[in-house]
Amino acid sequence: MADYSSLDIRQRSASTEQPPTIRSHQEVAKLIDVSKCIGCKACQAACEEWNDLRDDVGVNTGVYDNPHDLTPKTWTLMRFTEYENPESQNLEWLIRKDGCMHCTDPGCLKACPSPGAIVQYANGIVDFIEENCIGCGYCIKGCPFNIPRISEVDRKAYKCTLCSDRVAVGQAPACAKTCPTGAIMFGTKEAMIEQAHERVEDLKSRGFDHAGLYDPAGVGGTHVMYVLHHADQPQLYNGLPKDPRISPLIAFWKGGAKVFGLATMGFAALAGFFHYVTAGPNEVAAEEEEEAIEVEKAAKNGPTNGTGTGAAARPH
Amino acid sequence: MTNLWMDIKHADVITVMGGNAAEAHPCGFKWVVEAKAHNNAKLIVVDPRFTRTASVADLYCPIRPGTDIAFLSGVAKYLLDNDRIQHRYVAAYTNAGYVVKEGYDFQDGLFTGYDPDKRDYDKTTWDYEIGPDGYAVVDETMQHPRCVMQLLKTHVAQYTPEMVERICGSPRDKFLKVCEIIATTSSPERTMASLYALGWTHHSKGSQNIRSMTIVQTLLGNIGMLGGGMQALRGHSNIQGLTDLGLMSNLIPGYLNLPIEKEPTYADYAAKRTFKPLRPGQVSYWQNYGKFFVSFQKAMWGAKATRENDWAYDYLPKLDVPTYDVIRGFELAKQGRMSGYVIQGFNPLLSFPNRAKMTEAFSKMKFVVVMDPLQTETARFWQNHGEYNDVDTKSIQTEVFELPTTLFAEEEGSLSNSSRWLQWHWQAQEPPGECRSDIEIMSGIFLRMKEAYRKDGGAFPDPIVNLTWNYAIAESPTPHELARELNGYTLAPIEAAGTQLPAGKQLDGFAQLKDDGSTACGCWIYSGCYTERGNTMARRDNTDPGDRGIAPNWAFAWPANRRVLYNRASCDPEGKPWSEKKKLIEWNGKQWVGFDVPDYGVTTAPEQGVGPFILNQEGVARLWTRSLMRDGPFPAHYEPFESPMANLAFPKVKGAPAARIFKDDLADLGTSQEFPHVATSYRLTEHFHGWTKHAKINAILQPEAFVEISEELAREKGIAKGSWVRVWSKRGSLKAKAVVTKRVKPLICDGKPVHVVGIPQHWGFIGHTRKGWHPNSLTPVVGDANTETPEFKAWLVNIEPTTPPSDAVA
Repeated sequence: MADYSSLDIRQRSASTEQPPTIRSHQEVAKLIDVSKCIGCKACQAACEEWNDLRDDVGVNTGVYDNPHDLTPKTWTLMRFTEYENPESQNLEWLIRKDGCMHCTDPGCLKACPSPGAIVQYANGIVDFIEENCIGCGYCIKGCPFNIPRISEVDRKAYKCTLCSDRVAVGQAPACAKTCPTGAIMFGTKEAMIEQAHERVEDLKSRGFDHAGLYDPAGVGGTHVMYVLHHADQPQLYNGLPKDPRISPLIAFWKGGAKVFGLATMGFAALAGFFHYVTAGPNEVAAEEEEEAIEVEKAAKNGPTNGTGTGAAARPH
Repeated sequence: MTNLWMDIKHADVITVMGGNAAEAHPCGFKWVVEAKAHNNAKLIVVDPRFTRTASVADLYCPIRPGTDIAFLSGVAKYLLDNDRIQHRYVAAYTNAGYVVKEGYDFQDGLFTGYDPDKRDYDKTTWDYEIGPDGYAVVDETMQHPRCVMQLLKTHVAQYTPEMVERICGSPRDKFLKVCEIIATTSSPERTMASLYALGWTHHSKGSQNIRSMTIVQTLLGNIGMLGGGMQALRGHSNIQGLTDLGLMSNLIPGYLNLPIEKEPTYADYAAKRTFKPLRPGQVSYWQNYGKFFVSFQKAMWGAKATRENDWAYDYLPKLDVPTYDVIRGFELAKQGRMSGYVIQGFNPLLSFPNRAKMTEAFSKMKFVVVMDPLQTETARFWQNHGEYNDVDTKSIQTEVFELPTTLFAEEEGSLSNSSRWLQWHWQAQEPPGECRSDIEIMSGIFLRMKEAYRKDGGAFPDPIVNLTWNYAIAESPTPHELARELNGYTLAPIEAAGTQLPAGKQLDGFAQLKDDGSTACGCWIYSGCYTERGNTMARRDNTDPGDRGIAPNWAFAWPANRRVLYNRASCDPEGKPWSEKKKLIEWNGKQWVGFDVPDYGVTTAPEQGVGPFILNQEGVARLWTRSLMRDGPFPAHYEPFESPMANLAFPKVKGAPAARIFKDDLADLGTSQEFPHVATSYRLTEHFHGWTKHAKINAILQPEAFVEISEELAREKGIAKGSWVRVWSKRGSLKAKAVVTKRVKPLICDGKPVHVVGIPQHWGFIGHTRKGWHPNSLTPVVGDANTETPEFKAWLVNIEPTTPPSDAVA
């Protein structure tokens, strides 16, 4: 999606050669402090504005979540969960901004069979390059957070770009810029982790003993992180996975299965070669050649029956 | 706001009650988040629903709609019983020791002097005892049985935690936890900010809701303090400006009053507004009323306002009723006695109570003029939109004129925000099509009217043909020209505050105003906004000495660029700040200095004993308000006009006794047998009023009207999440989707469950959102006794599952 020419690429889907990085880069991250978030959806509006996305005007289904799910035109979404805390007996309205986590070890990129359709920049942002996308949907299978969506209009995959176009010119993502309460912060990953620790301290002082930072190791850490009141139970926040990992199928598909597949193809080629060497090439016998010439003559001179020459001329 | 948005970051406790700041004021709410993150503040939310504000609160306590006075009286009782008040502050800066006149009483829910036929009070006993020296009698020991402190203790005595729980449905433990946290701010080192909005004003006793918290805040010594105050969060970008400029039927700019019929001469009018100090040596700044009034008249009629004609006093209309508010206006229209209506930036068909009555009233009018940048339902009230607006178009003869206006970003000018800042803004783009600014449209109408009066005369053309209109282009006065008029200027050379000003100069501030006709000023509190040095509203220096959140050179704050009102009260009587950490100003031995403009005489020494509340005749804050409120000098608990409960506090009086209700509207009230559930209306973050349903993105974010109910009520009625329900009251009916939520819980009031039905207010029959109903289809027509603000926050409904509207998407 983005014009990535000003960002250096670290990884590229389905490519063995990676472009060189000549600039030194700090990794960036977006920190979403769920405890400061009021669920106002200004981030959703900003995302639609900046990326010029307009989803359909939907309906109410009995919840505040609108649109109801991520779509090719909704790259970020507030997800609301009502949770009755059994310890404190208090109701908690857990509101999480959902969207691409920009994994350090991105399952989508791993799964993608199309060269250059998914890239990871040196700053950590994972971006879809739609012109290279073949719409196979493997990125969805590869994603442990269920983020990418395929457009039914152009059969391309879409998701949050972390505003790579803005970041490339030194700006924060649109959502972070818009957030009225400062719940969405953006900076170097290091600075965001430091910020998160300060927030976690505050939450612990308010009785959230299990407050913590969500930066899951199973995907090598992420470039979108959460401060959670209940970091021990991330699944409370509308199913945020506790220990996300890339599906073993992807590892198999890109690891074992790929090797096996390539090996099978290699064996087929080798078998052909040995057949050639041992049996020699196919040859045409003299009588077959003559017959063919006659058929050709008949096709030229013989009456056509209106439907063309094919059927009448076909040898038997 | 007594303080300002940025000031909230200094609060130690923030109580959001009677509002939902995160949801309705998300940008300003950042200062609450900031106070929590960096000032270790505790956030308390008291609300019938667990709101977005509650989602980030440290403590949430539910409350039944319309019972705030009982709750807050309970808090006041807790503070008094447990001796958690700021003693020196209460003694020196409040009327706690003032002795009340003999004859004043409060019995069975009524103050002395009630007339049930008039639904009004004779307030003569609601005053202080005046001593032989002509001043109010004060007992500094606060032991006199008729002193305000003793009366207050008696008045709140019955609001025990048990009583609060019975009336409000607020669990006792939660209520006591709220009290405990609030009480921590009785320390001079700690302050609480009270954030409220229409959740308090939209009641038949809205003004008294606010009074209740004012009493709490005054007992705690939180008024005039950094991080304290009563923070009225205004719901539109310039609604503060609307009240400042007197766009109420009984006001003229700067909170001056329009005369009434009983004041036929200026002498009558002025005699009632002398504002004589009630204690020796007090400032009583309203003593300058005459200067503000005469300067206003000079701004209006210039040379035609003379001492001889009482400054053109006769040019002002005299009210025959207390107010011609909207409720009265539409009652008159319904009776065929108000035949035209000019609407600027308003959508009354969906804003004022009882939609059916609104439709009936509009249908009887001869003409309606709608000036708005957007299409409104009001301009389409005659159009049939199926069940959403089922009118018989053929039978409506009203002529409607729709005049498209510029939107704020298409014009320059100033907006007054909740912080009392006048902020200049610049035009961002050209308006589309044939839009004109409101100024141009009003000028066009005025100039034509003036011409008609000039040509044809009339009973009394003088006020119109003599109106000052000295603009370079008569048809299009510029915002700068208007701002200069509001600021005020000299008409003759003056001497004021030791300086001399020649004629024709902009004033520096209201201290220079004269009552001899030598100054003109459109709105005295705005004086200082456009001086000889230029447009102070356009200042954009955010330097903030001492990190006080003051930034004195950012825009202009009324009055006199003062950011925290009553800031003299931030110091003890000797002039030393109560808390060094919260210092705003201090006495340096010669004068008052500090971060803010002192709300006090700059060289008035502390030993002079001048009280910090210089606008009040007493010089102190009022726990008991004399006769200044129409419905009583103390707040008392009354039920909403439609309520499922008897008044447990005063069984003989159900609704607020002085709240105004017309006969037909009284007959239109439902009972709890027919309508067992309590409804309340509110905003959502995704939308701004009726505007943003015209914006695609907002429509995507919250597309369709819904109501919120508890899981318990849903089970009882067989309502599934996301299904269609019908909600109806005595006055009307609506359909919406059901949001079934744990965030709304039945409230156990006096042992019985009360179910709340929450109805957000953003949908209508035009715009990008799906068609829907506004809660005003259901709301009762009853107005607060002081403001006539309708009771939108508590009324009765019933609810049932229903079929979708005919055009609905399955």
